[in-house]
Amino acid sequence: MVRPRPILVALAALLVVGVAALGLERFPPPEFETDYVRPTTTAPNPPQGVWEYVDAGVLAVTLVLATVLVLRTRNRKLIFTLMLFCLAYFGFFRDGCVCPIGAIQNVTLTAFDPGYAIPLAVLIFFALPLVFTLFFGRVFCGAVCPLGAIQDAVLIHPVRVPRWLESGLRLIAYLYLGAGVLFAAMGAMFIICRYDPFVGFFRLSGNWEILVFGGCLLLIGMFVGRPYCRFLCPYGVILRQLSRLSRWRVTITPTDCIQCRLCEDACPFGAIRKPTEPWPDKEYKVARRRLAFLLVLLPVLIGAGGWGGYELRQWLALVHPEVRLAQRIYLEENALVEGTTDASDAFRALGRSSDELYAAATQLRDRFGLGGTLLGAFVGCVIGGKLLTLSVKRRRADYEPDPASCLACGRCYAYCPKEHERLKRGREGLIRH
Amino acid sequence: MPQRNDDVTRRRFLRDGLWGACLAGIGGVAGFAAHKGQKVDWLWQIDPYKCTACGNCATHCVLEESAVKCTHVYGICGYCEICFGFFDPEPFDIHEGAENQMCPTGAILRKFVEEPYYEYTIDRPLCNGCGKCVKGCNAFGNGSLFLQVHHDRCENCNQCAIAAACPAQAFRRVPADQPYLLKSVDHV
Ligand code: SF4
Ligand code: SF4
Ligand code: SF4
Ligand code: SF4
Ligand code: SF4
Repeated sequence: MVRPRPILVALAALLVVGVAALGLERFPPPEFETDYVRPTTTAPNPPQGVWEYVDAGVLAVTLVLATVLVLRTRNRKLIFTLMLFCLAYFGFFRDGCVCPIGAIQNVTLTAFDPGYAIPLAVLIFFALPLVFTLFFGRVFCGAVCPLGAIQDAVLIHPVRVPRWLESGLRLIAYLYLGAGVLFAAMGAMFIICRYDPFVGFFRLSGNWEILVFGGCLLLIGMFVGRPYCRFLCPYGVILRQLSRLSRWRVTITPTDCIQCRLCEDACPFGAIRKPTEPWPDKEYKVARRRLAFLLVLLPVLIGAGGWGGYELRQWLALVHPEVRLAQRIYLEENALVEGTTDASDAFRALGRSSDELYAAATQLRDRFGLGGTLLGAFVGCVIGGKLLTLSVKRRRADYEPDPASCLACGRCYAYCPKEHERLKRGREGLIRH
Repeated sequence: MPQRNDDVTRRRFLRDGLWGACLAGIGGVAGFAAHKGQKVDWLWQIDPYKCTACGNCATHCVLEESAVKCTHVYGICGYCEICFGFFDPEPFDIHEGAENQMCPTGAILRKFVEEPYYEYTIDRPLCNGCGKCVKGCNAFGNGSLFLQVHHDRCENCNQCAIAAACPAQAFRRVPADQPYLLKSVDHV
């Protein structure tokens, strides 16, 4: 005969544990004698998903418009109007979510999480501005991006930021991009969205730390043109590189530059580059030696960055809630801290074993080891690359905007006398026909 | 200067190659993501079996009034006369006065059904998602009250601010065509 008793006991135990964990059926639901019927639980449906496609459509149209206004019409007033429209629509009306900047993380999560796939509309938001940039430069930044627009609208008295400071601060954006991708890949958090400084303004609500941060950025933005775009925006980093290759791009002069130097300080974002002087022979030799040194330095920087990132893995991993929880549980179980936290209480209430948690956390830490190495190497590569480009002198005969830094705002057009000639010709043409 | 021209063509060739590679790269990413195929959006939702009703849901939502609200599955409810989702653990009186109620906003309605059963209903607009009733109901009752993100209010943030603060890791993304994770009513 089989022994039924242990099985029964085990079953009963399971039941008790199960019921206790779910909190169900302490009191059996009543059988009513009157003709009372239980109401059904209703929960409001999500709004229909048409808006996302409307957004994608508006994005496409505004991008085309921006391209025409920036490259053909060359009219700052119209660009500014379009920018305000996009600020109102994507920002205040559609609450600033989803935007291409955050979509970087959705794309990353799609690649790393088998259970997640990016919705089509978000994919369009991610890819369309990239394609436009590849053809026409950063027209998205110039007139369409609501984050750029809100900063552009408050810029009243631009001051010059020295080149070295500009390049240095821009490193933050690269680091931010790397970290955003890393944490999205690990499934820890979408930090780019979590710390979006302006979405709180768009919604007129939000947690106060972020609102203060956004407010500070706007205050700074009154004097330093578009600080988020230049020093923080992770999407801007991608756009920078793509716009170096763009087919068409912003030119200050519609025709030949006459080197009148009137546009020299026109750009509030420091994107206008002066014509270069020919180098004396002596400097050539020094420069060549410096270049050779930097070429050797590049792999060293990459290696050092990778090593540093690997060393930081414990700290990076702490962004992941699972790792944080494991650390806390470990401390509590070994009586290294007193008391419990909400997180450790929740963990115990669920009845997961701590060994399982530790195993999961160890696995995550290992993955952060690899991820941290890659992040560090990326940063090293960026620093090395920046040093290299600083020491290679490009030949430039005219004043021209640096395609990477130019945000296609159109402010410089009006400074060029050639532009005024063009406009005059246009007006006369209009009168004649 | 033939050499210089060479230089220019080489540079142009390199540039064009890079340009093509970038375009192909964007196309590749888009193709890969589209291949994985997700027509509907994702929404945030709370796994009610993980939530410990810590109270963060009321305070961490980006909205002034949280998108998270209490939900009641009547099929699980015991219709208790003394409901600890409704009454304060130490009520002055078994009486519906506000001083006896657990809910800070008075969002739970108590209605007599038949001896000794009472029906509890959430007045949705009043609820702020504080989870006090959920805690009481889970601790002493059947757990028929629980928190859910209500999608008519939720902004569907790309990163839900409550999810980032939830100590129980109870938030997860759900496809928009299954927007709720209701507790199941397997015994009705
Ligand atoms: S740099 Fe970033 S924030 Fe600025 S306009 Fe471009 S995409 Fe928007
Ligand atoms: S369009 Fe002109 S003013 Fe505007 S960012 Fe580009 S170079 Fe600067
Ligand atoms: S934050 Fe998490 S644990 Fe706290 S009430 Fe909300 S879902 Fe529940
Ligand atoms: S106690 Fe809190 S969660 Fe429950 S109904 Fe009242 S406001 Fe909502
Ligand atoms: S997604 Fe945003 S609006 Fe919705 S519950 Fe989370 S924080 Fe609130």
